[in-house]
Amino acid sequence: MSDSKGPGNGPRRKVRVFLVDDHHLFLSGVRAELGDAVEVVGDADEVGAAIELIGERVPDVVLVDVHMPDGGGQAVIEAIGRSHPEVRFLALSVSDAAEDVIGVIRAGARGYVTKTISGPELTDAVERVADGDAVFSPRLAGFVLDAFASDPGAAGGAVPSFDPELDQLTPREREVLRLIARGYAYKEVARQLSISIKTVESHVSAVLRKLQLSSRHQLTRWATERRLL
Amino acid sequence: MAGGVAGGLSARFGIDANLIRFAFVLVALGAGTGLAAYVVAWLVIPAEGTSTSIGRRALADRRTVGLALAFVTALGAVVLVLGAIGLSFAVNLVWPVSIAVAGLVLVWRGADAEERTHLSELMGRAPLIGSAESRTRRATVARVVVGVVLVAVGLGALVASAHPSVATVRAVLAVNVVIVGFLVAFGPWWLRLARDLAMERRERVRNEERANMAAAVHDSVLQTLALIQRAAGDQGEVTRLARAQERELRAWLFEGRAPGSFNEAEVTTVSQAVAVIVRDVEASHRVAVESVLVGDCELTGELRALLAAGREATVNAAKWSGAPVVSIFVEVEPSQVSVFVRDRGQGFDPDAVGPDRRGIAESIRTRMTRHGGSAVIRSAPDQGTEIELIMPRTGAGRE
Repeated sequence: MSDSKGPGNGPRRKVRVFLVDDHHLFLSGVRAELGDAVEVVGDADEVGAAIELIGERVPDVVLVDVHMPDGGGQAVIEAIGRSHPEVRFLALSVSDAAEDVIGVIRAGARGYVTKTISGPELTDAVERVADGDAVFSPRLAGFVLDAFASDPGAAGGAVPSFDPELDQLTPREREVLRLIARGYAYKEVARQLSISIKTVESHVSAVLRKLQLSSRHQLTRWATERRLL
Repeated sequence: MAGGVAGGLSARFGIDANLIRFAFVLVALGAGTGLAAYVVAWLVIPAEGTSTSIGRRALADRRTVGLALAFVTALGAVVLVLGAIGLSFAVNLVWPVSIAVAGLVLVWRGADAEERTHLSELMGRAPLIGSAESRTRRATVARVVVGVVLVAVGLGALVASAHPSVATVRAVLAVNVVIVGFLVAFGPWWLRLARDLAMERRERVRNEERANMAAAVHDSVLQTLALIQRAAGDQGEVTRLARAQERELRAWLFEGRAPGSFNEAEVTTVSQAVAVIVRDVEASHRVAVESVLVGDCELTGELRALLAAGREATVNAAKWSGAPVVSIFVEVEPSQVSVFVRDRGQGFDPDAVGPDRRGIAESIRTRMTRHGGSAVIRSAPDQGTEIELIMPRTGAGRE
């Protein structure tokens, strides 16, 4: 569970969450799973309505489905990112296709989890995102390792790197990602590497930033070429 | 001239459009050169106008008739060209006349097939340009009339030029006029037919796809849903069924593999081997296996041994840990391939001697060391278990 590090006066305010999914069954399922842990301020089942309502209610976190008609979660994230940069997004998907995952993260989502995630894990992820941290599922961590792995020599074709800072992972970040990919929780990663949870979080956030800002076209191409698993 | 055509396009929606178009034909004829460019531009314009009315396009059988007629007219044009190049005009006279007759018939039948109801409506109300009911209709009629006039002019010139043997230049010009007439009268219609045929084919392909999909969905998804309903009380079974179905569906949607396929003999890469492990373990034990794979490569003897050990570790975790989820992480690096199998189950004391988990762990270890790899087992009571398997890559089988 995320330790309370909001403006530390008493119990933390409930995170205001907005849900976007075109499957009603899933909307109600997520609502039930989140329960009282967060305050669900609304939901929408299509891109247009979502953009309008999110702009109106300005939630802390938007749980958004990757796959929807009219541009999917990416369209919502991009539109709101322009008008309300303070709203944070957690992508939720059944897809697991690299193309979708990388696409939605690069659009601005602060995390990605699969729809099979359990209720408590989802609540935890929502709170983490609300705190400004990144949430990586094991699979997303695997994708990032894979996408950034094809670095010097491995892939053969030397792609010119314009910003080495952004285009490569540090050995420590790689280690953290590996542990996450192996199924470790942040807490366990911290213990394994003898670092604090905060440090783990900052590593993951750094990776997220690289994922979003890296100019390597390789990343997008890699995602498109790689279909699944 | 291009601007003129563009003007004609915009004016097309006014009453003057047909007059403008006719004037352009005269200009083009007078100029003699640049005919082709003009005709091409002209062909495009009605085509765009008609593309909106594709919705009420002709039925399949009517289209077939239309296609046959289109072939006849196209053939006529080709024969005319050939005649202009080589054959004597006396023989060719037979062709132009028959084509002229056929052309006339075709103009009316063609127009009829295309916009039967509208045209007859128009005919009933007023002769040709009488009514301002529809611009498209008016355009069609005008187009056909212009085409017929051009054909007639061309044929006339052809006949006239047949007698004085000197006038080959005139004959060529006449043939050109006929061709232009044909293109004007039938060009847009040919285009439309071609488009309709392409659309029909696309539709057929789509229908076939839909049928295939329905069959596949019926075979796998609906069956699974039926099974799930019958096993509704058994949570483990429901999960197992759902995951197995999910995996099949993914394989089919994203990798194009038919549901149920994938036998051991076809497994040649690390990713396939991992997919098989996940499938088999999930099928025979009531656990979910989450796999994450980084990189991929062809299987070698050592890697097969590595994955066999990985499978054993996964089965082991599924059987003994009591955890509902087993994670398997495989990373392919240039120098080595590593496999991590992790569960959050009850764990065990690696130092305690026991016939069950520890024994199996030992067998995994010996299997790995025999092939030059290494195995590390981390576990403690109530802390879950992680088995780390690392196999160095020999030069063979690298990407």
